[in-house]
Amino acid sequence: MYNKKVIEHFAHPKFFGKIKDPDIIGRAGNPRCGDLLTLYLKIDKKTQKIKDIKFETLGCAAAIAASDMICQLAINKTLEEAIKISFQDVSEELGVLPPLKIHCAQLVTEALRDAINNYQPDS
Amino acid sequence: MAKNKKIYFDYAATTPLDGSVLRKMLPYLKENYGNPSSVHKFGRDAAEAIDIARGETAKFLGCKETEIIFTGSATESDNLAIKGLIKALRKQKRAGEKIHIITSQIEHKAVLETCKELEKEGVRVTYLPVGADGIINLEDLEAEILPETDLVSIMYANNETGAIQPIKEIGRLIKKINENKEHRVYFHSDAVQAANWLDCRVDELGVDLMTLSAHKIYGPKGVGLLYVRQSTPLHPLITGGGQEWKLRAGTENVAGIVGLGEAIRQIKNQKSKFKFIASLRDKLVADVLIMIPGSKLNGPTNSNQKLPNIANFSFRGVEGEAMVLALDQEGIAVSTGSACTSQELTPSHVLIAMGRSELEAHASLRISLGKYSTKAEINYFLKVFPAIIERLRKISGR
Repeated sequence: MYNKKVIEHFAHPKFFGKIKDPDIIGRAGNPRCGDLLTLYLKIDKKTQKIKDIKFETLGCAAAIAASDMICQLAINKTLEEAIKISFQDVSEELGVLPPLKIHCAQLVTEALRDAINNYQPDS
Repeated sequence: MAKNKKIYFDYAATTPLDGSVLRKMLPYLKENYGNPSSVHKFGRDAAEAIDIARGETAKFLGCKETEIIFTGSATESDNLAIKGLIKALRKQKRAGEKIHIITSQIEHKAVLETCKELEKEGVRVTYLPVGADGIINLEDLEAEILPETDLVSIMYANNETGAIQPIKEIGRLIKKINENKEHRVYFHSDAVQAANWLDCRVDELGVDLMTLSAHKIYGPKGVGLLYVRQSTPLHPLITGGGQEWKLRAGTENVAGIVGLGEAIRQIKNQKSKFKFIASLRDKLVADVLIMIPGSKLNGPTNSNQKLPNIANFSFRGVEGEAMVLALDQEGIAVSTGSACTSQELTPSHVLIAMGRSELEAHASLRISLGKYSTKAEINYFLKVFPAIIERLRKISGR
């Protein structure tokens, strides 16, 4: 059902954990679908780049792998660039998720957009 | 990944084919290829093999050979029992007369979806609730049986939690009600999970219809059976050449039926096997609950009310499919009631019916043991599992 890349990001995610003093937090998911996801971001005020990003995800293997992948895609990007990351990008970078798991890629992009929309540059 | 480790803890999903069952089947996949309906020697040999299987089955169920219908699966048997009975009863009823089925919220999808289909055709269906232990309440059932009730369909033991339903008591209740009732209530039970462990004699249970599957008892996939008590009205769902007492047409799956018969013949010493497997399960449950904080057992606590081979847990802060996959990487095969492994997005209807939250249902893990399970396998599981939970909880932050 899953390819090697998904399994690799599930078994050895690089971006999981909390950031102590994040500039923004993004959330997505609900208990009904069983996936709950939080993204923590640190923003470089001058360049508007994401200089650090971490995730905490309660969810299936695809949700964990997609969380790791969105962090990998978003880090070092400007907020303007990052908001353009689509769920197709996440899915393709993971070597395409199974159709039943596409919502996991949607979920992680939702969380990132939630975070970016929460960003108040002056705070 | 753990090298060479392969531990199968998913016997409730399917069991391996027993070697001696396979040996009995092989001739009917090779040289004894006759069609049982044929008059010649080839055909007679095949027909005789089916007769032997039917005889073994009748002995196990304590019924007549003419009361057994071989089918293509337990799902088909459930469909035939429910739709076939209702179809036959419809013919006997006056126009506009009500049809009523009582089943439970924790049935297998083969029963639930079949009932839902019938609801679309105007049949009224009552889905009985269960307690936190996953067992129906007899009084709830009694209260729902009305003059128009035609069928009660309750599984013998649940496939997710192992909870044993009070089938004998239901059988007695229905018998009593039928004594004073104008038209009969028929009683069907899906006994697929129970067959390895519990008394399946139909007169003891008081069932009119009962479903069994070969591949849950170390037989082959693609064959099931339906017991049909004599003079129970039943209409075929598959019509054609009139096989299986005209109730299930199609050339018989001879090798499969031979395998089913042999698998049933080998169900012996239920009590001593029950005890051994229950002791493995008890160690597993006790150790998991101690070693892993935030773990809960789903299902009955009383050993007499559950199958010996199933343990179902929920773990805080983890999701079921992630656990299944992580255990798979250690060579251990288990299953989950999380939606993430199914076609739907809602988690286990069984755990929800027991009052578990959606998160708890998503966080469930089912370990089901079988006749090849060993203490060493349990120990290996207990060795690797806590670290998996710890890792997944770090990822979830919960």
